[in-house]
Amino acid sequence: MATAMAQPVERENYLNKHYGVGSWLLTTDHKRIALLYLMSITFFFFIGGFFALLIRLELLTPTGDLVQADTYNKLFTMHGQVMVFFFLIPSIPAVLGNFLVPMMIGAKDLAFPRINLLSWYIYAIAGLLMLHCMITGGVDTGWTFYTPFSTAFSNTKVIEAGLAIFISGFSSILTGLNFIVTIHRMRAPGMTWSRLPLFIWAHYATSIIQILGTPVIAITLVLVVAERALHLGIFDPKLGGDPLLFQHLFWFYSHPAVYIMILPSMGVISEVISCFSRKRIFGYHFVALSSLAIAIFGFLVWAHHMFVAGISLYAALIFSILSYAVAVPSAVKVFNWTATLYKGSIHYDAPMLYAFGFLGLFTIGGLTGLFLAALGVDMHVHDTYFVIAHFHYIMVGGALMGYLGGMHFWWPKISGKLYPEGWARLAALIVFIGFNLTFFPQFILGYIGMPRRYYQYPPEFQVLNVLSTAGATVLGVGYLMPMIYFLWSMRYGKPAPDNPWNAAGLEWKTQSPPTTFNFEEEPVVTWEAYNYDEIDQAQKEVPQVVG
Amino acid sequence: MAGNVDALYIFLLIVSGLMTALIFVTIVYFAARYRYRKGVPAEQIEGSTPLELTWTFIPLGVFMVIFAWSAVVYFKSRTPPRDSTEVYVVAKQWMWKLEHAEGQREINELHVPVGRDVKLIMTSQDVIHSFFVPAFRMKQDVLPGRYTVAWFRATKPGTYHLFCTQYCGTQHSGMIGSVIVMEPAQYEAWMSGGTGGPLSVAGEKIFAELGCATCHRTDTQGRGPNLQGVFGKPVLLEDGRTVTADENYVRESILEPGAKVVNGFKPVMPTFQGLVSEEQLNALVAYVKSLSTSGQSGVTANPAAIVPSQAPANPPSKGNQVH
Amino acid sequence: MSDSQIAVSPASHGGAHNPALLHHFATEEQQRDASSLGMWIFLGTEVMFFGGLFCAYLIYRRWYFGDFAAASKSIDALLGGTNTAVLICSSLTVVLAIWAAQTSRRALLIAMLVLTMLFGATFLGIKGKEYKDKFDEHHVPGASFSFEHEPIPGHPDQYANPRHAEIFFALYFIMTGLHALHMIIGLGIFSWLLWAAWKGRFTPEYHTPLEIGGLYWHFVDIVWIYLFPLLYLIDRHP
Repeated sequence: MATAMAQPVERENYLNKHYGVGSWLLTTDHKRIALLYLMSITFFFFIGGFFALLIRLELLTPTGDLVQADTYNKLFTMHGQVMVFFFLIPSIPAVLGNFLVPMMIGAKDLAFPRINLLSWYIYAIAGLLMLHCMITGGVDTGWTFYTPFSTAFSNTKVIEAGLAIFISGFSSILTGLNFIVTIHRMRAPGMTWSRLPLFIWAHYATSIIQILGTPVIAITLVLVVAERALHLGIFDPKLGGDPLLFQHLFWFYSHPAVYIMILPSMGVISEVISCFSRKRIFGYHFVALSSLAIAIFGFLVWAHHMFVAGISLYAALIFSILSYAVAVPSAVKVFNWTATLYKGSIHYDAPMLYAFGFLGLFTIGGLTGLFLAALGVDMHVHDTYFVIAHFHYIMVGGALMGYLGGMHFWWPKISGKLYPEGWARLAALIVFIGFNLTFFPQFILGYIGMPRRYYQYPPEFQVLNVLSTAGATVLGVGYLMPMIYFLWSMRYGKPAPDNPWNAAGLEWKTQSPPTTFNFEEEPVVTWEAYNYDEIDQAQKEVPQVVG
Repeated sequence: MAGNVDALYIFLLIVSGLMTALIFVTIVYFAARYRYRKGVPAEQIEGSTPLELTWTFIPLGVFMVIFAWSAVVYFKSRTPPRDSTEVYVVAKQWMWKLEHAEGQREINELHVPVGRDVKLIMTSQDVIHSFFVPAFRMKQDVLPGRYTVAWFRATKPGTYHLFCTQYCGTQHSGMIGSVIVMEPAQYEAWMSGGTGGPLSVAGEKIFAELGCATCHRTDTQGRGPNLQGVFGKPVLLEDGRTVTADENYVRESILEPGAKVVNGFKPVMPTFQGLVSEEQLNALVAYVKSLSTSGQSGVTANPAAIVPSQAPANPPSKGNQVH
Repeated sequence: MSDSQIAVSPASHGGAHNPALLHHFATEEQQRDASSLGMWIFLGTEVMFFGGLFCAYLIYRRWYFGDFAAASKSIDALLGGTNTAVLICSSLTVVLAIWAAQTSRRALLIAMLVLTMLFGATFLGIKGKEYKDKFDEHHVPGASFSFEHEPIPGHPDQYANPRHAEIFFALYFIMTGLHALHMIIGLGIFSWLLWAAWKGRFTPEYHTPLEIGGLYWHFVDIVWIYLFPLLYLIDRHP
C-alpha cells in the first residue's frame, strides 16, 4: 500500500496544474472537459439504470403490483430518454473522444476549446432540466414521443422533457462540429488520413451524423412542443395533421442516432484489438471506409421503424432493401477484427476481454437486425420484446462494452493510475454473463408475442421474465465493480507508466497523465498507424501489466 | 400464412446461427492458438482485397435472398383476398370495439370461423394503437383519422391472444383480448344469437336519417354523384386526378367533402365532421359498399393514404395482382 | 480563476504574432481555416434544422394546396417583398464591410456594419407589423383562430378548410419566427463586430470574425429568400 511518503514526486500534469472548482468549471482543456462529461454521464447512467432496475422488478410477476400503470409508463419512458440522450449519445465521443482526439492527431487541443466547454454546459443545463422534469412528475410518452398521444393526450410533462432533449441536442451538434474541424485542420505534420487511428475515423463518421441528424430531431421537438402548447394540428388528424409525419421526422434522426452510439465504440474496439494482438488492424482502409459507409447509409433507412405503421408497401420495400445495405459494412468490420486476431500475439487484459465480449454480442445484435429488416418477420416481431433485445444487444452489448473497454484501456493515461487487473477481468466476465442472461430470453419473449411497454402480461411469459430480471441483477453487479475500483485506483492504484500497454498511437507518447498542452513539441509523424512490428522489435518483449 | 413467417424466421435462425457459430469458433480458436508466447512476434498482415470483396458480396447476396423472400411474405400478408369477410375495428383507449359486417358487435373479442379469410378495417378514436395477434403472426398499427387494413385466415380452432402493441397510455397493457376461432357450425350458431342486422343495413338507415339521399339520388339529377356501383371503381375528380373509391375515400368524402370533388359536380356537400361517430362511419362505408355490384371488393390492400385527404397514388388494384 | 489552460510554454512563445491568434493553433492561417470550416459546418446544421420545417411545409402544401393558397393570399406580399429587398441590401452592406476591412477603410467598415444592422432592424420591424396584422385578423393559431368563408383562389365557389389554413399559419409563424430569432441573434453578433471594428481589431491580415459573421448573415438571408416565395406567393396572379 503506497503511503504518501513512499510516493515519488508527482510530475505536473493536467490534473494537478490548477486546483479549485473554478479551474474545472472554467477550463478549456479538452481533457478536463472530458472528465466533466465523465462525471455527468456516469450520474445519468445510474439514474437510467435505477429505472431499469424498477422495470425489471415489476416484470418479475405477471400482474402490475410494484408500481402503478402510469408510473411504469414513466419509468420506461425516462429510462429510454436518459439512457439514449444523456448517456449513450455523449458517452464515448464526449469522454474518450474529447480526451483523445486531439492527442491522437498530435494537437494541443480541439479546434474550438471554448465551444467544447459550452457544449458541456449545454448538456448540463439540459440534464438539470430533465432531472427537474423527472422529479416533478415525469413523462410517459415512451422515448419515441409518438403523436397524437404526446401532443394531445398525455397528461405528463412532455413539453419540459422535449425541451430538455432539444437543448441536449445542441451539445451533441457542437461536439460533432468541433471534431470535424479538428480532424480536418489540426493534424500534426505527417499525420495523413491514411495514418489516422481508426478511432479517429470512427469519430469523424459519428460527427457527420451528429451535425446532419441532430438538427432534425431538434425541429421535430420544437413542433411537438408548439403543437402541445398551442393546440396546433400539425400531427393531429382531428385538426388536419398527420401522425405519420411525426414518425418520419423523428426516425430521420433517431435511426442515424443509433449509429452515433455504436460507431465510436467500434473505434475503441479497433484500437484495443490491434494493441492486444500486437498487429495492425486487418483491412485498415476497409474498416475506415465502412465507418463512413455506415454514416451515410444510416440516413437512408429510417422508415424501417415504420413497416406496420401505415406506410405504403413500396416504401417498405425500399427501406427494407436499404436496411440490408447498411448491415453490410458492419459485418465487414466484424470480419476484419476477427481476421486481425489471425497470427497475432494475443493478450487477455481486461480491455481485450471487453473487446471479445463486444465481438460476440455485437454479432448477435447485428444478426437480429437482419430479422427486423425482413419485412415478413418484422410484421410479427415489431413492437415486441424482440426489438428490445435487439437494440440492447447493440447498445449495451456493443456500445457500452466498447465504452468500458475504452475506459479500461485509457484509464492509465487519463488518471495516471493502474486499475486492478484481476478485478477488471472478473467484472468483464460478470457483465458478459449477466448481459446474456438478461437479454437473450427477451428474443424468445418477443417471438412468442410479448409486446413492448407492458407492465402486466399473460402468465405464460413469466419464466422468461424472471430469467431476464435475474440476469439484470448480475449485470448490475458487473457495472458497479468498475465504478468502485476506478475510484479506488485514483487513490490507491499503482502509478501508471506512460505507455503501460506499449500501444501505438500518439496519445501514448505523452506522459501519464498528460500535461495540459499534451506535447512538449509538435510531433512529426513518419510512421504508419499500428506499427506494432516496429514497437515490439524495439521492445523485444512486451512487458505485461500486472494490476 | 403464419407458417410462412415461421419458415422465414427459421431460415433466418439457421443463417444467423451458422454465422454466429462460425464467428465465435473462429474467435475462440484464434484467441487460443495465437495467444501471446514469448519470442513469437505477431505477423503484420495488411489485408486482402479479394477476401474483403468476398465477405462483402456473399453476405450481401444472402441478404438479398432474405429480402426477396420476406418481401413476398409481406406482400401476401398485406393483401387481403377478394371476398374476405369484413370486420370493422375501432380502437380506443383502452379497448377494442369490433363490428362484423353482419352486425354483431364485440368488445375485446373477435369470433371468427376457421378457414375463412377475415379482413379487418380499422381506425382509432384517439391515439395510435396496434392490432397484434401473435398466433397469426400479424400486426397492423391502427391510426386515428384513417383506415388501415389487415387480414388473416385462422387455420385452427382455439382462443388466441389479442394485444395492443403500440403504446397508447395508462392501460396500454390492459388493452388485450382474444380472437376466438370456431368451427363453422359453432360460428353460425354464435352469429345467429347476435342482435342487430348487417352493418350495411344500419348504414342505410343512417344514410336516410342524415339526408344523404337528398343529393345522392339514384337517378342522374341529384346534386351529388349517384353512389350505385361506385365503390371500388376509379373516380375522375374535378381537378383531373383519378382516384379509387375505397374505404378511405368514402370516409374522407363524408368528413372533408371538399378535398376530392367528383368531376362535373359542385363542391356543395356539407361536412359531417363531428356529426357522425366512428361506428356510424363504418356503417355508412359498409352501406356504400353494398351498393356496388361486386359487393365487397377488398381494394384497400395498400394503406398508402397518408392523411384522409390523400388517396393512394397508385390504385391498390396493383397490389391485388401480386400473387 | 484559471486563464487559458492551453498556454504554450514560454519557450515556444517566440516571435510576435497577432494577439488574436489562439495558442492551440500553430499558425494564423490554421486558425482562419478552422474558423471558416467551423462556420460552414454550423450553417450545414442550420440547413438541416430549417429543412425539417420546409419538409413539413412542402408536404402539407401539396395535400392542401387550395387552403394554403387562400391562407397565403391573406399575408401581405408587399411587406414580405419589401423585407426581401431589405435583406438583400443588408447582404450587400455586409460584403462591403468585409471589403472595407480588407482595404483598411475603417470608416466605411463601421458605416457598413451600422447600415447592416439598420436593415436588420427594419426587417424585424416590418415583421412585427405583419405579425400584428395577423393577430388582429385572428389568424394566429390557437383558441382565437378564425378563417371562415375565405374563398380558394381560382375556385370562388369553394371555401378554404379552416383547419388546414390553421396548419399554414402554424407553419408560417414557426418558420418566420425561427428566422426572426436567427435575425435577432445576427444583430447580436453584428453588435459585437461593430464594437470590435470600433476598437480597431480588424486589419487586412485579420478580419476572420467579419467573414464568418458575414457567412451567418448571408445564410439567414438565403433562408428568407426561400421562405418568401413559398409562404407569400402561393398561386398569386397579378
